[in-house]
Amino acid sequence: MRATGGPEAAVGDVLLSVENVSLSFGGVKAVSDVSFDIRKGEIRAIIGPNGAGKTSMLNVINGFYHPQHGRITFKGETRARMRPHEAAYGGIARTFQNVALFRGMTALDNIMAGRTLKMHTSFFWQLFRYGPAMREEVDHRHRVEEIIDFLKIQEIRRVPVGRLPYGLQKRVELGRALAMEPELLLLDEPMAGMNLEEKEDMSRFVLDVNDHYGTTIALIEHDMGVVMDLSDRVVVLDHGIKIADGTPDEVKRNQAVIDAYLGVAH
Amino acid sequence: MAPNVAGLAETFPKLLVRNAHLYGSRPAMRHKDLGIWQTWTWSQVLNLVRAYAAGLHRLGVKRGETIAIVGGNRPKLYWSVMAAQMLGAIPVPVYADAVADELAYVLAHAEVRFAAVEDQEQVDKILSVTKSVPKLEMMFYDETRGLRDYDHSQLRSMDDVIEEGRKALADTAVADWLDKEIAAGKGSDPSIILYTSGTTGASKGVILTNERSIRAAADTVAFDKLTENDVALAYLPLAWVGDHYLNYAQGMVSGFCTACPESPDTAMADLREIGPSFYFAPPRTLELLLTRVMIRMEDAGFIKRKLFHYFVGVARRYGERILNGQPVPLIGRLLYGVGNLLVYGPLKNVLGFSRVRVAYTAGEAVGPDLFSFYRSIGLNLKQLYGQTEAFLYVTAQPDGEIYSDTVGPACPNVDIRISDNGEVQFKSPGMFSGYFKDDAKTAEVMTPDGYVKTGDAGFFDEKTGHLKIIDRTKDVGKLNDGTIFPPKYIENKLKFYPNIREAVALGDKRDFVTVMLNIDLTAVGSWAERNNVVYGSYQELAGHPLVYDMVEKHVAEVNRSLAEDKVMAGAQIRRFLILHKELDADDGELTRTQKVRRSFIAERYAPLIKALYDGSTDADISTEVTFEDGRKGTISARVKIRDMKNEPTPVLGKAA
Repeated sequence: MRATGGPEAAVGDVLLSVENVSLSFGGVKAVSDVSFDIRKGEIRAIIGPNGAGKTSMLNVINGFYHPQHGRITFKGETRARMRPHEAAYGGIARTFQNVALFRGMTALDNIMAGRTLKMHTSFFWQLFRYGPAMREEVDHRHRVEEIIDFLKIQEIRRVPVGRLPYGLQKRVELGRALAMEPELLLLDEPMAGMNLEEKEDMSRFVLDVNDHYGTTIALIEHDMGVVMDLSDRVVVLDHGIKIADGTPDEVKRNQAVIDAYLGVAH
Repeated sequence: MAPNVAGLAETFPKLLVRNAHLYGSRPAMRHKDLGIWQTWTWSQVLNLVRAYAAGLHRLGVKRGETIAIVGGNRPKLYWSVMAAQMLGAIPVPVYADAVADELAYVLAHAEVRFAAVEDQEQVDKILSVTKSVPKLEMMFYDETRGLRDYDHSQLRSMDDVIEEGRKALADTAVADWLDKEIAAGKGSDPSIILYTSGTTGASKGVILTNERSIRAAADTVAFDKLTENDVALAYLPLAWVGDHYLNYAQGMVSGFCTACPESPDTAMADLREIGPSFYFAPPRTLELLLTRVMIRMEDAGFIKRKLFHYFVGVARRYGERILNGQPVPLIGRLLYGVGNLLVYGPLKNVLGFSRVRVAYTAGEAVGPDLFSFYRSIGLNLKQLYGQTEAFLYVTAQPDGEIYSDTVGPACPNVDIRISDNGEVQFKSPGMFSGYFKDDAKTAEVMTPDGYVKTGDAGFFDEKTGHLKIIDRTKDVGKLNDGTIFPPKYIENKLKFYPNIREAVALGDKRDFVTVMLNIDLTAVGSWAERNNVVYGSYQELAGHPLVYDMVEKHVAEVNRSLAEDKVMAGAQIRRFLILHKELDADDGELTRTQKVRRSFIAERYAPLIKALYDGSTDADISTEVTFEDGRKGTISARVKIRDMKNEPTPVLGKAA
């Protein structure tokens, strides 16, 4: 169930579809024959017990892993192999399970880094930070400041990220992903390791991103409560196999899911 | 520079019109938005407020009714106050961090039909209590974020209200009508209702009038020679009398610029960027700043640390005397000059005090060491004394007559007397006209001849003629052996140690004095880090034996200083404990202005207090806590108690 009456962003056509994807590392099958889709404007959760293949799935989506079988269609284009930078240009941004920021750089610079893709002036101009490069930077900085305001991290703008507490680092990482103005935002366990209050803040931000920017979000999460509150639809993986797909309520009642999470009596 | 008090108008809207005439192109307000300081001049503010007022009128705001203002220090909320006043409506500011029940109480008691609120958080909070605020019809919000999909039948964005008003004002008939509305305002009209923080039970709505507020502000503007060239940073709660008086009223009277911080958490950085010339900070904030400086100096390199401590010593010896214009030996002046170059100047710059001409502190007794530290580095810090009922305006220290233990002589035009039972009573130009809807309470605090009872015990110092406040009249107690027991006096001595954040002294009608302490997580946490003390939570750190050892030393020092004074020697601390949780306003243990609520604490921590006096060495306690979102939980702990050795009362002739 959503916090404020029904889905905010218009949920529409399929943005990305995964068809019969299988991925194995040597003899280990990480994902086998999984199909699902992500629709425009929705918050889609991928859940499952440890080792279910959730992160592998995310890595497949943003082109970091290449599946041995199956197809991925993003914005109507089917690709056998997509490299991460192609995914990024295509409008897919992500955050990582272990925060992956430039620890020595400030929060501002980290988020600014997310704008790199959108910078068009030549290296030459940027070298001297003059003319068009200056104007472009001011424009990008404005966008970044909007994100800083959005995520309420004004007070840490100039603080090197390495000195920030974990919860705030996660928020900066979200900011950097947002700076790319993605169409599809992949969040790998955005609430892992957070306390209750931080989780609530982060949930608020995820909902706000979806509402305010209309961004489609796919998230992996362990915390069932969070998943059920946030997402429109949920895919459940277990041992690399899709065992359920549907609204949070449907998934909650699914016997296979209950077994996977609580175990089966033998 | 002549202070700006000439040509005073009798109401705030008329003052705003005057300011737009006199200082039209001078900055009236600044706000940091998206990382950049935005500025509005007085004439821009007037135009905005006129449009806002016209917009509010279209939505049905009428003369004489109340309108709630809920949120932090943001320009649009200050304009909401101005726009309401322009229509003759009475703004009722509410603390932004008030929990839903407190908010509901004030909104219902003030019978508001409209509320101007900051953002989604406040809207949600009010929506959650609509049942208890039946009269509320509509909210205006500043920050649109997250509110797009809300039902807008009872919600408007302030921008829309202002825009509609602007369109309406294009019609000269409407503009003329608004001019007449401004002219219709009378000095005797209430200009604001400020709800007291409720140190003593449910909060009361203090009604202040236009005329009296302006007269009080005009007196202090003249007293401190404030002009349109001054700048202040509004970072203290909008609903607190101090902000309304020092920033809003003084700003309107003198035409100075009020800067609003980017967010509550950035106030310190914003202070540095703005470089205000007029500054107010409660003792707690000054304490916090000093603690932070000291901690950072502990982490500094050897040379820097030595340099800092040496020159702080120099400042302690000569700084205050230089500031007061007293004679100082040449060598002292030279050393101080070098110190200013190397330490005080840069330090003041970091703290944002470089341009401060007048700084005040008030609200609680300030530790003498703390007070003289800031003065010694060249900050013209002074004390004032006041309360909401007086529009914060009873006494203030004039330049050059500064003592850490007095609050100064009566302000111009203020009449102070000490009643037979030692209570301070006053009559002033800014005094309130009554409590909202509570004539009984009003009668209770007024004397038949028109003085207001402050509830504070105090006396005039014979040497200086300044007022000295000891404590709340009802808080000054006696030990069973007759020794005077002023709890605050003891607590303040303890709280000067950076490691101790809060103290609650007990002893009234008891055999001896005991204290319950809160450690300061920042200071003690940093100490723990340096000393390899491992802890997972406040509770764990507070109960650590090494922390107890450290605090024991502080308590022993306080006992030594108490023992120096014959009257207080009997009130030395016999036993102490460190509380397992921080005292918090959300749990009702502190007021919103961070004062300790004694009776409530006595009740809540009864098992601990019992243990303090029955000789046990530890006690179990379990307390309910309220989280920020209003949910409740419980914390249980076993709290240890330490016994203290007491210093003997000094005998004449005996060496220390």
